[in-house]
Amino acid sequence: MNRLSEQERRVFEAGCAIGLGFTQPLSLMRCGGVGRILAVQASDGNQEVERGLLEMGFVEGARVEVLHHGFLGRDPLAVRINQTMTVALRRCEANAVLVGPLRDAALESVPVMTLEYASS
Amino acid sequence: MTTTTLPIDESRLARIALVGPPNCGKTTLFNTLTGSRQKTGNYPGVTVERKSGRLRTPVGHTVELLDLPGSYSLRARSPDEAITRDVVLGRQAQEASPDVVVCVTDATNLGQHLRLLLELRQLDRPLILALNMMDIAQKRGCQISIDALSRQLGIPVVTTVAMRKHGVQDLLNQIDRLLQQRPVADGATAMDAWEEPSPDAIRAYHREVERVLQEAVIQEGAPERLTRQIDSVLLHPVAGPLILLSLLFLMFQAVFSWAEAPMDAIDAVMVGLQQWLSAHMADSLLKSLIVDGIIAGVGGVIIFLPQILILFLFILLLEDSGYMTRAAFLMDRLMSGVGLNGRAFIPLLSSFACAIPGIMAARTIAHPLDRLTTILIAPLMTCSARLPVYVLVIAAFVPNTTVWGGIGLQGLVMFGLYATGIIGALVVAGVLRLTVLRGARQPLLMELPSYKWPNPANVLLGLLERARIFMRRIGTIILWVMIVLWCLATFPSAPAGATEPAINYSFAGMIGHALAPLLAPIGFNWQIAIALVPGLAAREVAVAALGMVYALSGNEEAVTEALSVALAQDWTLATALALLAWYVFAPQCLATLAATRRETNSWRWPVFMFVYLIVLAYLAAFITYRVALALGGG
Repeated sequence: MNRLSEQERRVFEAGCAIGLGFTQPLSLMRCGGVGRILAVQASDGNQEVERGLLEMGFVEGARVEVLHHGFLGRDPLAVRINQTMTVALRRCEANAVLVGPLRDAALESVPVMTLEYASS
Repeated sequence: MTTTTLPIDESRLARIALVGPPNCGKTTLFNTLTGSRQKTGNYPGVTVERKSGRLRTPVGHTVELLDLPGSYSLRARSPDEAITRDVVLGRQAQEASPDVVVCVTDATNLGQHLRLLLELRQLDRPLILALNMMDIAQKRGCQISIDALSRQLGIPVVTTVAMRKHGVQDLLNQIDRLLQQRPVADGATAMDAWEEPSPDAIRAYHREVERVLQEAVIQEGAPERLTRQIDSVLLHPVAGPLILLSLLFLMFQAVFSWAEAPMDAIDAVMVGLQQWLSAHMADSLLKSLIVDGIIAGVGGVIIFLPQILILFLFILLLEDSGYMTRAAFLMDRLMSGVGLNGRAFIPLLSSFACAIPGIMAARTIAHPLDRLTTILIAPLMTCSARLPVYVLVIAAFVPNTTVWGGIGLQGLVMFGLYATGIIGALVVAGVLRLTVLRGARQPLLMELPSYKWPNPANVLLGLLERARIFMRRIGTIILWVMIVLWCLATFPSAPAGATEPAINYSFAGMIGHALAPLLAPIGFNWQIAIALVPGLAAREVAVAALGMVYALSGNEEAVTEALSVALAQDWTLATALALLAWYVFAPQCLATLAATRRETNSWRWPVFMFVYLIVLAYLAAFITYRVALALGGG
């Protein structure tokens, strides 16, 4: 399982807050956070998780919006995909979805700064 | 592999399969097309059984329509999705692959739902796309060019509104057209060609869907707002769990308070019948059979019909409105703590009505260990058949007073019994996942569908179905058990000059007395021992059996006296509490064990279930009895 340290987490969140366009895993997004999926890949290369996510609509380029968190440990998450379908998933699987900032189509060509995140 | 195709047998009915993702209105479309009725719910995967019906197309073909479990892709992740895949691929034993596949999709969610269609298109079967819920899509301002969509996909497309029967004629015409062409599909090659898509293949499907929609969608619909607004309250981190808890509490209070009037009415009818028969029939064995055996026994069970229907009403409403998946969302973290999946909440909540549909609904759980754990703890959820026992004992021993502003004490005790079952289930699940069923935690990926008003016809039909099942049980198994028990309790008759009640000398009395020493440590008397034996067939029979035992062992007055009064006189409080504790855990239902055998396909798990439940029940009753005695409840 992919866990980010507390420090990395702060960096991601600070980056997002000042609009630098850092990327972050879906699991770390706040309620109400919106973004575009950059990559779907389980850190341990688990194809089953990857396929499951893809089949529920978590695909590169899709717009995601975190709507709700569960009441214990903010787990699971309810995520709106492309404004049409809401899917519940656990933080653990949401780690496999890397999300970048939402940009207009015209800005799509602007390279998105990505941050390598540690996998343990 | 041979490439020649088998000649189509004209006598065989053409088979049409409805395939589609969960919550796309597939089952409602099926009901509209066939007129046959079945359960439709809002939870992904409510359709876990093979449903088929016949219909006549406009041209006059009689075809068989199959409703397959909802699935997001052909790559099955759970047993019920595997059924869909196997039927479509023609891998299901003794079933040829369908002649026409109708892919049903939710028009408001084409972006996600068209992928399944693309997968189906690979199979080279005659295929029709039905865009369902077209009215909702249009209401949101969505415009789709049907021609462009059909051209892009290369298959016929029809729009339907299953709830209002719109577009059904179009769909039937298309089915007729495809059947007339009867393309001699090379089934063997097509089926063997299918293989599980790789992650990149799924990505390619996504891109293809995007391309198709860019051509076909003229105007995108506005996103749905109402469901979001409702969810912001119902899934709120503080308000959400409180609302769920209140809902469950309201449900159990309602089971008590709403059912009072109809139950009194049924009771009055039964007592009246008994009195009338007592007065108008000559004393005979037949009179005893009818009055003490059938009316006392069956009447004692039929009285619980209103409560069972109220419980099912709540469950059907929660399922149909879409709230069930929210409950699963809220419960997931709590349940994952003991190694369960949030999805298990739905089978477990159904088990409050009856463990058998609950055990069957566990098919929607993808992982075998998760599924097995859910099945094994399902009987710990207090099913409606246990209600009669609880109600009887509580009515006899718990005063009908109110505590803390309007909450009934009896309802509170009932809530406590339900809670004990739930906590017991969580503990058992945790222990199982640490011992016999060890394995990795499984992912939760679950769609939260839009809320909708429950369809009154759906709910009403569901309730009628439940009432029918309950009455059939009363007319068959419960009636027969009562007659057999009456015979056991009546023969051999008491010797001349006997001082004890006649039942003491009967076979039932002998069985009860034989079992009594075994049950004495937990405070059960021989009357309870007699009632527990037939209670194995169906839990609620225990109440009927107690009714009969006390009717036969008492004097004439006792026959017409309420059973709860007789119990209050005969049992101590400790015995009553021990019986309640026993019933929280006891494996008193053969049908549940049979369902477990069927679903797990082995004798190992039902035997395991029986043993662990009976050990738990004995322990719980023993502790309760001893503690109650020590506290002066003797």
